[in-house]
Amino acid sequence: MTETTSKPEPQIKIRGLYKIFGADPERVLPEVQKGMSKSEVLETTQHVVGLRAIDIDMYPGKTTVIMGLSGSGKSTLIRHLNRLIEPTTGEILVDGQDVMKMNPAELRELRRTRMSMVFQKFALLPHRSVLDNAAMPLEVREVPEEERHAEAQKWLARVGLDGYGASYPHQLSGGMQQRVGIARALTSNSDIMLMDEAFSALDPLIRTDMQNLLLELQEELHKTIVFITHDLDEALKLADHLVILKDGEIVQQGEPQRILMHPEDPYIVDFISDINRARVLRARTVMTEGITPDAVVHGDVDVNDTLESVIARAEGRTDQAFRVVRDGQPVGHLSMTDVVLALVPTDASEQRQATV
Amino acid sequence: MAHYDGVFNTLGLRDWCDAGKEDGPMTMAQLLAQAKGADPNETTGPLPFPSLDSLHDACSRIPQTREMTAGLERFFLDIKNSLKVVLDPITQPLSWMLDGALWLFTTIPWWVLIPMLIALTWYVSRSRAVTIFVALAFVFLGAIDHLEVAIQTLAIIFVCTGLCVIFGVPIGIAMSKNDTLQKGTIPVLDLLQTLPTFVYLIPLIFLFSVTESKLYGIAIILYAIVPVIRLTDLGIRLVDKDVIEAADAFGMTSRQKLFKVEIPLALPNIMAGVNQTIMMSLAMVVIASLVSAPGLGVLVLRGIRNLEIGVGLIAGLGIVLLAVMLDRASKAALNRVDVSRSTR
Ligand SMILES: Nc1ncnc2c1ncn2[C@@H]1O[C@H](COP(=O)(O)OP(=O)(O)OP(=O)(O)O)[C@@H](O)[C@H]1O
Ligand SMILES: [Mg+2]
Repeated sequence: MTETTSKPEPQIKIRGLYKIFGADPERVLPEVQKGMSKSEVLETTQHVVGLRAIDIDMYPGKTTVIMGLSGSGKSTLIRHLNRLIEPTTGEILVDGQDVMKMNPAELRELRRTRMSMVFQKFALLPHRSVLDNAAMPLEVREVPEEERHAEAQKWLARVGLDGYGASYPHQLSGGMQQRVGIARALTSNSDIMLMDEAFSALDPLIRTDMQNLLLELQEELHKTIVFITHDLDEALKLADHLVILKDGEIVQQGEPQRILMHPEDPYIVDFISDINRARVLRARTVMTEGITPDAVVHGDVDVNDTLESVIARAEGRTDQAFRVVRDGQPVGHLSMTDVVLALVPTDASEQRQATV
Repeated sequence: MAHYDGVFNTLGLRDWCDAGKEDGPMTMAQLLAQAKGADPNETTGPLPFPSLDSLHDACSRIPQTREMTAGLERFFLDIKNSLKVVLDPITQPLSWMLDGALWLFTTIPWWVLIPMLIALTWYVSRSRAVTIFVALAFVFLGAIDHLEVAIQTLAIIFVCTGLCVIFGVPIGIAMSKNDTLQKGTIPVLDLLQTLPTFVYLIPLIFLFSVTESKLYGIAIILYAIVPVIRLTDLGIRLVDKDVIEAADAFGMTSRQKLFKVEIPLALPNIMAGVNQTIMMSLAMVVIASLVSAPGLGVLVLRGIRNLEIGVGLIAGLGIVLLAVMLDRASKAALNRVDVSRSTR
């Protein structure tokens, strides 16, 4: 595809980022850079390797999801983007500007106008009303009250909290509190939204609601979202770009569909072995590219249709085939046998199972 | 032959010791021993380590214990005048404030003052029950003719608590921001809190004349300021880290963070500190009547001195009543700030 040439510059570039927790990280850094393992570092030097050799490009208007198990360094990574945590070494460029070289005033400006954040535990101000909470980013910038309340009101309505402005956070359910958290982030009107396990504290149904809300908002607003989760289904639902972390290192990153079809590491194979592949794999991932005019087809499916819906279209018959279209233009061919094959776990997992 | 002679001999300090030899007055122990006709060191047996007195026996250059206390007193007297030059002007406003408040509270006619105090109770507590209780308590104090003295006590407490808050809260905030400062301050606070209340008065009596109001003002403030400092420090340290992080993430300056997040969230703790400060100044104001603080304490003191049991007990009852009034009103205020922030 020619997409690479038309691709814009990444909005956030992370280069060679290392973070070591402990008394004297500088001293331990060379060892870590030489590849000493996390447990070895902990044993010999009592330092914790938080992040190791992180390189990520995050593109404007896209959702980058960072996924990993507890303790893999997700929170540490996202807090480097607005420098709530100082790195041991490395570069973080936001719109080409090095965050590490910013003075306190510039850093505050970055946090006020270019990045907003949504937190796992909501982190609302308990003594302020919902409206004041949503208006907080503008209050920090000393925008007059009337103006900031109008703006906050608008976003509260947008996330479905019309009429709750005068309530206090503790009067709302968790899901509603997180809507306030999102409204607050939107009020700041920044391009970049950092979301640290924003939906992890919510129960599954509310969580799905919130994911849909986020997708809806994203369709409209095209923010650059950095989303953290330890839930693969959530990651696959939201991600344009998926980064998988383990023990502070990136094991694989790329388009989520690609990672599903071609996992490069047994760790990831393990990770994806439990998911419902029919629900997350899409027609474009499985189709044969190019137009074959003489092929027999039983209808059209969209590139973004899930295999689940394709199977439903075929009413379960494996002798059917579909034309795959993008924006009404045919781009590929999808036979049901390919669909069914794609549901079988990947080669890598087969090899693994053979060795077990 | 004294017990530690040998030590000084082997150290070769005998000449130095004897050079200062003079027949100083005997210690009490020696006197007693003489009366009994025995050597003091033999009968009591020496401590396993040398004491000043036993070392003095062996070497007269070493001072006796009583010279230490005397020395402290001399030192205090020596610095007294220079200390006074510094402290007098600094603390003078306290005298004015106390005298002013006492004058104001006793000059305003009761039918203006009492309704004002009741209105104040309503304003801080927003509790009908507390306000009615306070009103009834004033009526009762008036009925037993103790209103004027109670008002004097109240005036002193208002001034002292106000100053405790004005100084204590910033000190507490500074402590919460700076671990070294906290480590340095906590022993001082411990000292202030454990020092017997009478001991406060000793250096103050040396420094200031008993007729000055600031004498008891300082004693009350030093004693009562501790809880408000401690609880401000604690309250700010206990503010939810996630909320602080959110404040940082949205680019608050440390000033904005302090006034918009930390102080409001620490307020329940700070108020609990103020409540304790009020109670402690009330405890101290009674003792301070020893050094001319007016109010109910004077009557208690009279009860003790002249064995006027009734006077003492009624005044004591008045103090209890004041304590309950102040406690209920400040607790109600505390609950009111607490209500909108029962988080998660
Ligand atoms: N301040 C710190 N001091 C020492 N070690 C730390 C510190 N913060 C994090 N770590 C360590 O860094 C590693 C990554 O922690 P981090 O909080 O980023 O994990 P996470 O992926 O966000 O996990 P979770 O899903 O539990 O939130 C962990 O091993 C943790 O112990
Ligand atoms: Mg985390």
